[in-house]
Amino acid sequence: MAELSVPTIESFTVTLIVRRFDPENDTEPKWEDFDVEMYGTDRVLDALHKIKWEQDGSLTFRRSCAHGVCGSDAMRINGRNRLACKTLIKDLDISKPIYVEPIKGLPVEKDLIVDMTPFYKAYLEINPFLVATDKPNKERLQSPEDRARYDDTTKCILCAACTSSCPVFWTDGQYFGPAAIVNAHRFIFDSRDENAELRLDILNDKEGVWRCRTTFNCTEACPRGIEVTKAIAEVKQAILRGRA
Amino acid sequence: MAEKVTADENITYHSFDVLIVGAGGAGMRAAIEAGTDLSVGVVSKLFPTRSHTGAAQGGMAAALANVEEDNWEWHTFDTVKGGDYLVDQDAAEILAKESVQAVIDLENMGLPFNRTPDGKIDQRRFGGHTRDHGKAPVRRSCYAADRTGHMILQTLYQNCVKLGINFFNEFYVLDLVMNDGKPAGVVAYELATGDIHVFQAKSIVFATGGFGKIYKTTSNAHTLTGDGVAIAFRRGIPLEDMEFYQFHPTGLAGLGILLSEAARGEGGILRNSSGERFMERYAPTIKDLAPRDMVARAMANEVREGRGGGPNKDYVFLDLTHLEPAVIDAKLPDITEFARTYLGVEPYTEQIPVFPTAHYAMGGIPTNIKAEVLSDNDTVIPGLYAAGECACVSVHGANRLGTNSLLDINVFGKRAGQYSVEYARTATQVPMPENAADDVIAMIAKVRKAKGKEKIAQLRKELQETMDKNAQVFRTEETLNEALEKVAELRGRYEKISIQDQGKRFNTDLLEAIELGFLLDLAEVTVIACRERRESRGAHLREDYTERDDKKFMVHSMVYKQEKTEKNTGTNMRIGWKPVVVTNYQPMERKY
Repeated sequence: MAELSVPTIESFTVTLIVRRFDPENDTEPKWEDFDVEMYGTDRVLDALHKIKWEQDGSLTFRRSCAHGVCGSDAMRINGRNRLACKTLIKDLDISKPIYVEPIKGLPVEKDLIVDMTPFYKAYLEINPFLVATDKPNKERLQSPEDRARYDDTTKCILCAACTSSCPVFWTDGQYFGPAAIVNAHRFIFDSRDENAELRLDILNDKEGVWRCRTTFNCTEACPRGIEVTKAIAEVKQAILRGRA
Repeated sequence: MAEKVTADENITYHSFDVLIVGAGGAGMRAAIEAGTDLSVGVVSKLFPTRSHTGAAQGGMAAALANVEEDNWEWHTFDTVKGGDYLVDQDAAEILAKESVQAVIDLENMGLPFNRTPDGKIDQRRFGGHTRDHGKAPVRRSCYAADRTGHMILQTLYQNCVKLGINFFNEFYVLDLVMNDGKPAGVVAYELATGDIHVFQAKSIVFATGGFGKIYKTTSNAHTLTGDGVAIAFRRGIPLEDMEFYQFHPTGLAGLGILLSEAARGEGGILRNSSGERFMERYAPTIKDLAPRDMVARAMANEVREGRGGGPNKDYVFLDLTHLEPAVIDAKLPDITEFARTYLGVEPYTEQIPVFPTAHYAMGGIPTNIKAEVLSDNDTVIPGLYAAGECACVSVHGANRLGTNSLLDINVFGKRAGQYSVEYARTATQVPMPENAADDVIAMIAKVRKAKGKEKIAQLRKELQETMDKNAQVFRTEETLNEALEKVAELRGRYEKISIQDQGKRFNTDLLEAIELGFLLDLAEVTVIACRERRESRGAHLREDYTERDDKKFMVHSMVYKQEKTEKNTGTNMRIGWKPVVVTNYQPMERKY
């Protein structure tokens, strides 16, 4: 079959400056720069692959689906949290180097890989599963309006872009963080769930929603377009009301 | 609860009643069914929600008849016909019959399906799913916007959390340990530390997914390198129907990123460069909703005959511009965003460039309807199970219908969980041979110490390019032999590789090298099966044998690894054939 091509696009050379850390040899992280030839439809993930595959096989990062649905490759690109596979190089200012570093607030394991354990722990603490005492063994009904109530927060892919963009989380690792609250919201506002009270209780904790300073970093960082700050505000209101 | 048996400085031993390899849809559905009564462990190369089930978009088929008349028998027929009669009909009946319960299970677990105005699970059209044996398209696909796979994966993980399932994440299973023909356990490599883990279990479920990375243009994740399938093959288990690889019609041109068939289910139309709705010529009754093999072939043919679009005339167009933006936003939000993000195309007003992309393996590890793995046409390997894309049961035959794979992982994932637990209740542990990890340790050491000049990425690129060129939508004896020669050459060069990362922690350089070994094996098996099936059926089109030949080839292929070079294939693989299970439906000409 013929090689495929997409319209436009000439190649250009771009410099990536990547934050490196080798736990077996380095005591401190360091910056390292790489020049790569890229094309207009290429993403930052393609550039990282190009470095790994052609220049330095030890460059280490997580990735899987490469189109923004698995949530493996959240990283800080030019100071903003983004998914490397959803960030087109041509949309960045390529007259300057592109800075790539691990997301903040989680321990760096190696190069762009961080230890996600604290992030997952917060997620697990909000009881991220439907609790319903009835066992209907047929489909429960839910009106389209009730279904729409929590639609936005079902999109979360647990990439940690939001939580690791939050200044409160940077200074206080105990804070649940936006992603855990988003996932609580997904169940609190699901008309089928019976555990809203418990979740609201958990998030009424001193490390819960009240630590949010409404900086909107999380909303800006979310690669799925979830209105994270709004979801947090809705959880706050539900706590004040005492119900979803 | 599972206990650590012993540990020395490099190898940690674990013991479970049931061990599941893979934490995608099939693996987690199996885990939930296996439950907490016995000890259950799940080993996965990815954190569970990163699995590729999450990339599935359009829906899950079930004849709920929530929006129009439907029944499981029509669904069975469509599945059999869609698979070009290579489907095992007993398995297809189970798939269709158990689909309704599978959807109810998910709803009860919390899955946020889209709803009808009266609050029921909504359903939409999909390719090849029809009312009354082909009379018209039927609304059978249950969905959650165009992120149904994401919602299934999240919901299953949530319920695993609820049950307290024991996960080993970012553990790469690299070997299956057999003792006297019976499975004793698996050997895994821990990404974070580089340590080796030996897991012994009474029953083992493989749910390791597909291997789309044998191709260049693919909707599949970078991690879909067929590890489980290749491991089984290396340990003497045959692979079934490997020539049947599905090319999804609507990949974003040049990139292969998937745009769901739901786009056509919701009314989207494929057009060539002159704006013609060309599917009217190829499938007059159901047009754009013909099965994927026919649509992919029609698209490739339009391009070949000069009716493609773009500067190189090498793609066609998916037209959604006649749909209401509100409908697009509500039902197809993700895929339209893909078009905007990756190609800069606005689907409200512009047609989207699309071309077929390698998507799904119909073939894999042979299983029966209890998800038990077979060592030949009908011999069960006690205690070994497989489900999902890595398995071939075979409900998809020569061509899978859209929405039947999310169904497959739920129905046969559940069965794998159920039967593996049942087996583990009474079985005794197959003794773990001494030095069970030796082969894996040797394989890793070999790659680490290799001092050759060949680069992994270069070999993988050449493999993927030869597969795209020679074993994609159109195939001939000549192209397939060319691919075989290339794979043989790459195997030789694979012996002369080296890697740069010599560390223990998070050594993805090392793992990419090992994964390439799996891809080489699976590409070779695929090409051998393609060459030996000298007919055209479903997704397998031989331009030198253009007709379906039921007299000779109404059988599944079975490729076995051999110690010596086989006469009939010229490689160390032997091909055998296995009868198709026919219950109600005799083969007919396949028209839509």
